[in-house]
Amino acid sequence: MLPIIWFILWGVLWAVYFMLDGFDLGMGTLMPFLAKDETDRRVIYRALGPFWDGNEVWLITAGGVTFAAFPTTYAVMFSGLYSALMLILFALILRGVSIAFRGHVDNPRWQRVWDTGFFLGSFLPGLLLGVAFANLFKGLPIDADGIYQGTLFTLLNPYGLAGGILFVLLFIVHGSLWLAVKSHGDLHLRAGRLAAKTWPVLLIMAVLFLLATMRWTSLFDNYAARPVLLLIPVVAVAALIAMRAFIHRAQWWRAWFASALTIVGITLFGVVGLFPDLLKSSLNPAYSLTVFNSSSSPLTLKIMLGVALVFVPLVIAYQIWVHFLFKDKVQPEDLAEETGY
Amino acid sequence: MDVLMLSRLQFAAATFFHFLFVPLTLGLSILIAIMETKYVRTGDEDYRRMAKFWGKIFLVNFAVGVVTGITLEFQFGTNWSRYSRYVGDIFGSLLAIEATLAFFLESTFLAVWAFSWNRLSPRFHAVCIWLVAFASNLSALWILIANSWMQHPVGYVLRNGRAEMQDFLAVVTQRFAIQQFIHTVSGAYILAGFVVMGISAYHLLRRQNTTFFTKSFRLALGFALIFSVVEIVQGDLHGAEVAKIQPTKLAALESIWETEAGAPMYLFLIPDPGREKNLMEFGRIPKGLSMLAYRDPNAVVKGLKDFPKNDRPPVTLTFVAFRVMVGLGFLFVLLTVVGWFKRKNLEASPGYLKLMLYAIPLPYIALQCGWIVAEVGRQPWIVYGLMRTSDAVSPIAASQVWVSLVAFILVYSLLGAVAYYLIAKFAKQGPEPAPAVANAGEVS
Repeated sequence: MLPIIWFILWGVLWAVYFMLDGFDLGMGTLMPFLAKDETDRRVIYRALGPFWDGNEVWLITAGGVTFAAFPTTYAVMFSGLYSALMLILFALILRGVSIAFRGHVDNPRWQRVWDTGFFLGSFLPGLLLGVAFANLFKGLPIDADGIYQGTLFTLLNPYGLAGGILFVLLFIVHGSLWLAVKSHGDLHLRAGRLAAKTWPVLLIMAVLFLLATMRWTSLFDNYAARPVLLLIPVVAVAALIAMRAFIHRAQWWRAWFASALTIVGITLFGVVGLFPDLLKSSLNPAYSLTVFNSSSSPLTLKIMLGVALVFVPLVIAYQIWVHFLFKDKVQPEDLAEETGY
Repeated sequence: MDVLMLSRLQFAAATFFHFLFVPLTLGLSILIAIMETKYVRTGDEDYRRMAKFWGKIFLVNFAVGVVTGITLEFQFGTNWSRYSRYVGDIFGSLLAIEATLAFFLESTFLAVWAFSWNRLSPRFHAVCIWLVAFASNLSALWILIANSWMQHPVGYVLRNGRAEMQDFLAVVTQRFAIQQFIHTVSGAYILAGFVVMGISAYHLLRRQNTTFFTKSFRLALGFALIFSVVEIVQGDLHGAEVAKIQPTKLAALESIWETEAGAPMYLFLIPDPGREKNLMEFGRIPKGLSMLAYRDPNAVVKGLKDFPKNDRPPVTLTFVAFRVMVGLGFLFVLLTVVGWFKRKNLEASPGYLKLMLYAIPLPYIALQCGWIVAEVGRQPWIVYGLMRTSDAVSPIAASQVWVSLVAFILVYSLLGAVAYYLIAKFAKQGPEPAPAVANAGEVS
């Protein structure tokens, strides 16, 4: 039972990470196309300023929990996906320092450099995380000794790329909705329009991805065995459609929440379909790393569960408080007092 | 080079770089919290300006510390997958607990602190930086508990072909972990004190903002003085603990080749590992090592020759790093004690101020040497006595690691250059001008 609880928590941690950092990554990706001047860019940075670092810790926790709860999976997955992971890490380094350093020197060329870093550091992790997760859903060439028999390019198959594009689109919509919530005037209108224009593309990609998932993965086996689980993809689709309605009515907060629910739904759809595998072997199902053959000892899982039950609600509480503290749209005086973090 | 050597170099480069930034955040967060508390208590605007000025330097540092920390956590999986699989039950859970308990708190409240100077009451704003200080030190505690388990594995049982948790409390509360924590954070506090003193000295020498920087200097001086003394006393206890549990490290620290009762200590010596002896020895303190290591002048100290060759750590590097660390540790006491007598009239001692300006790199060197002692001195083990480093590395292609190692060196060099450019820029710029109308006593 403990490994199963941790499998669910593992999926939820990744879903929460995508939901939260998704809007940061999305805003970084859309900034070059949406921002017209320096003020626009500063509003975008300020709209994620107080949040992005706290959001990124969910990634660290998801990584840490993979290590702690499923060490064998952590070992095989992270060494197997070596180059892809290194790329993601370097991109995230670039993003972090771009946000942190940009405001420190008042020079347009300095700022251009970090704007480029912010874009690359946001676009690449979104794309690569999508590629990585699609490949996890499909299965990786893992042999009997848990050694990855492929290269970085093995991951760039059509299904993997479809996952990457889907993630980028999800994050662009998510980020533009966040910006619509947090900004005024012309930028606000353009952000809303971008969300409205991207939505149909996202819908098409989501449908294609779903079809590809039926064709190339065995995720639907779990849903066929327990139809009640179909509730998860149904909620994801309903949220996606509701998002369109909220965008149409210019209800930006609601649209953002619908987008958040879409992201969580899609992630959990994949994770639940994987069960009981964490790392599916495409060579032989017997080589797959599962919840049962790769988990930590019951004692460790129990201790970790105690820690999670006490501290994760606390984290959620103070992070929600931060959102209330900075609930307003970005104001001109916010840009004036910016400390450049 | 093979995957093992490349991975070791990569991890060394990544931790070395990470630890150029982390120690300052551990200590400076506390100093800023003290400054802001003084502002809340006294209403003296200088303290608010101090928190802001040092806070800017802190934020640059923190950003680099954060982004370089993630790569460390993930490298256990990418490069040390056999290690991760073998010890994940214990080591992995400690890292996960660190993220959940400490890192969330630190990251979330630092952002609040940076963006809410005008949003929160001064009192609540000060609470935020105290939370950051608490959380970053709590984070250090969990990381050092994890590292201590690699130095001295306890509370585990070998089962299912790996080390599994048997006694969580034993892992978390072992003596070695507490020692290593106090030792490391004291070093970090000394470093923060010296950075604040050094930058303050720069301005005092130029007679800029003298009141502001005198206050900063004195606060940092007291802090650094206390922890320099703590470090010496505690370092002695820590060394005795190492002697008990890691005899190969002890032998390498002192470059002792022959087993001897009542072993002497030498102030200077040059190791010659090729011929398994020392090239020259000088400044003999009879029975010194037996006394220091085992609190008994006649205790037997086991020499390197009595350990199989493949169980010995690299002697010269461990030995030199240890000597440099200890020497600098005593120098820090000397410098801060001298400062204590000059504290009332700092501007009258330009020689001392200049010395303190140029002393900024010294604690950095001491801390890096400390980690060389801990990590190189533990070799050939990744977990002392339990798993060899050579058995821990991932089964991956060397070409991948070449690419990432070169990328690490390039990216980190660039990152370091930019970060220190910014820190130097802020440090030289000095604080924001004092408010035109000083309104002491009113704190809103």
